[in-house]
Amino acid sequence: MILVLAIVVGVLYAVGTYLLLQRTLTRIVMGLAMLGHGANILLLMSGGRAGPPPLIENGPPAGAADPLPQAMALTAIVITFGIMAFLLGLAYRSWRLTHDDEVEDDLEDRRIARLATDLRHEEDLDIARTVYGREHLEEDRT
Amino acid sequence: MRPEDRSLILDTCVRAVFHTILLLSLYLLLSGHNQPGGGFVGGLVAGAAFVLRYVAGGADEVHRMAPFRPQLLLGSGVVLAALTGVGSWLAGGELLEHGKIDLHLPVLGDVHASSTLAFDIGVFLVVAGLVLTLLESLGDVAETEEQAAAEREAGAGTGAAP
Amino acid sequence: MNVLVPLPIVLPLIGAGLCIALRSLAAQRVVAVAAVTGALGAAGAALAGVERHGPVAVAVGGWPAPRGIVLVGDLLALLLLVVSLATVLAVLVYAVGQRGTDEASGFFHPLYLVLTAGVAASFLTGDLFNLFVAIEVMLSASYVLITLGGRRSQVRSGMTYVVINLLASTVLVTVIGLIYAATGTVNMADAALRLDAVPDAVRTSLGVLLLVTFGIKAAIFPLFFWLPDSYPTAPTAVTAVFAGLLTKVGVYTIIRTQGLLFPHDRASTLILVLAGLTMVVGVFGAIAQDDIKRILSFHIVSQIGYMIFGLGLFTVAGLAGAIFFVAHQIPVKTALFLVGGMVETGTGTSALNRLGGLIRTAPAAAALFLLGALSLAGLPPFSGFFGKLALVQAGLAAEAWVITGVSLFVSILTLFSMTKIWAGAFWGEQRAEPAPAPRTADAAGAVATTGGAAAAPEGGPGALRPIPRLMTWATAGLVGVTLFVAVAAQPIYELSERAAGELLDRTAYLEAVLEQ
Repeated sequence: MILVLAIVVGVLYAVGTYLLLQRTLTRIVMGLAMLGHGANILLLMSGGRAGPPPLIENGPPAGAADPLPQAMALTAIVITFGIMAFLLGLAYRSWRLTHDDEVEDDLEDRRIARLATDLRHEEDLDIARTVYGREHLEEDRT
Repeated sequence: MRPEDRSLILDTCVRAVFHTILLLSLYLLLSGHNQPGGGFVGGLVAGAAFVLRYVAGGADEVHRMAPFRPQLLLGSGVVLAALTGVGSWLAGGELLEHGKIDLHLPVLGDVHASSTLAFDIGVFLVVAGLVLTLLESLGDVAETEEQAAAEREAGAGTGAAP
Repeated sequence: MNVLVPLPIVLPLIGAGLCIALRSLAAQRVVAVAAVTGALGAAGAALAGVERHGPVAVAVGGWPAPRGIVLVGDLLALLLLVVSLATVLAVLVYAVGQRGTDEASGFFHPLYLVLTAGVAASFLTGDLFNLFVAIEVMLSASYVLITLGGRRSQVRSGMTYVVINLLASTVLVTVIGLIYAATGTVNMADAALRLDAVPDAVRTSLGVLLLVTFGIKAAIFPLFFWLPDSYPTAPTAVTAVFAGLLTKVGVYTIIRTQGLLFPHDRASTLILVLAGLTMVVGVFGAIAQDDIKRILSFHIVSQIGYMIFGLGLFTVAGLAGAIFFVAHQIPVKTALFLVGGMVETGTGTSALNRLGGLIRTAPAAAALFLLGALSLAGLPPFSGFFGKLALVQAGLAAEAWVITGVSLFVSILTLFSMTKIWAGAFWGEQRAEPAPAPRTADAAGAVATTGGAAAAPEGGPGALRPIPRLMTWATAGLVGVTLFVAVAAQPIYELSERAAGELLDRTAYLEAVLEQ
């Protein structure tokens, strides 16, 4: 049983990581959900083997299941669930504003990209200057 | 929601079960100390009752059933829960420490109550208030959007007809 | 004593509940200010008590330590908590004074108080899983605060912020699960003892995993990229309190967990290399920017490097320097962001190429900025100087020549980029043309715009819109706190030194928690 759970955790982490690396927002959100599930199962597994419920009336606690990881997993589930709902709301808002599900590049990326195109543009201009001569080019620009 | 959009069967059913569900939520709240249940579950069930009302009759209906600001419920729940945590200081205990009271009530007989109940009531109020707040803030928006879309479609239909 | 330690968590929570229930904005403001003031008072009193009698542990719910959750007030936690709450209070007053922002939306005050409670809980908790919950409480509030208003730039950067932090939290849950599997406890003091029996390789990997997790929250070197992109888009008060507090909570958790849980396998070299890279990359990023808020955001990253540097030395002097540096950074960084907000309120922009001559039109902002900037750069009579002096001395004493040299070099660059803001915004000619309405699609415009500050100032070219007096006073109060840190450098450094000693020695902490 533990082995099956371990494999499940591994698969969930792998799928989650893969989805997280996508550009589409919905996939990122799903990836986070997968990672969250993986983490919760891992938390559950950290208490050791399953056993009878740890109640006093059941007699001595030998072999009983560890209740603490279950409580922790429950808390983690609630927190992840809440933030996931907020993230979905944010994704909806973003879709309403941009009609696009793609995650935009961040500011520095866009700046660097613009610098690169500017540079390429300059190089093109240089080549054009040598080929066509300066006057022709000035005309083009105006 | 316009009257002609409402479903008679759904309306009647919801009316029949609404109060039963609220009662169930109270039972869950009170039985939570030693049995499955508690403030969180109870609050969710109570919230679900209002969600049913919303499905049947829209945000107006919910507002008619709970004619107050849902934030009031939410806020007082947080305050109550936090105060029970502090209240144990008055009894000389640690933060959030709880005691038990054994009462002998005339009709119900022996009742074993715990001061965690006050905390649970706080949680109950928070969860129920949260669901109501969600219905108010998200439900209204969804409804107006739906109506706007329907009107746009209707407008496009009549515009294309001649 | 047992009453004072939980109060900084409980009071803001009660205040948050009241604020949700209250409809009137004026009442919300009164409740919020009262709650934070009360929390500050309680934290101050607790600090005074702990200073005299040693660490205090409170068993929540009456369940003793290894079983139940404990709140621990020791010198490190309470010193940083007091500084943080003073900063929180100043920013709250500033937000009340700032008009035309999301403060009036009815959601700001409850969220702000929940954030405060989360910060206090993160400092005070003595339980790993409870630390996760406290950080989540703090972050959930911050998610909403950073996107409050729902503008396009906010949603875009808020998304990055939420995704990164959710990822970090998931890793944190994973590490906590692994620590529980290895030791069978999540109580920090208990885990500290039991981790000694865990095989070296397992312990080291757990330590490094925790470092990565909290490294994302603290924005240390390879994990800082989300910070300069998401902070500047929020309303000023929110950016300021995030800048001052949230990353420092990350630093505090790194110091706490590495010091308490993993004292034997000090990942010293790794931490020192990361510290150096964090400093250098942050300051170079700042130099490349041309917007006040973005420059300051990159400086957050750079300064985090100094704190990690102090930790990486793992000597009492180094840790004391790091703790003093955190205590100095929280108010200074926040004050600088608040000045940035004042400039933005007056002119409608924080882009340097549209500002100039503010020393004549807004002398108060100029003076406050000067004090904050000199302190940040670490010039002699100010608090930053003592922080850096302590760190450099510790570095020389530990014979960590390279990192000490790097830190001095970065100091000069910090001064340079502060000069850039000074020359660009405060000196020079007043810009004749009125600030153009920012283009939303444009990169700089997207950053510079916040809320109602978008329109050009009225009353002709060069004229400023009035800066509300409350904003100026709140900022002045915070700058006053930084000056106090400078004047009282000796006692505060001694406190830091004792806190560092407690942290490295561990016995006082362990005794307080386990033998209450």
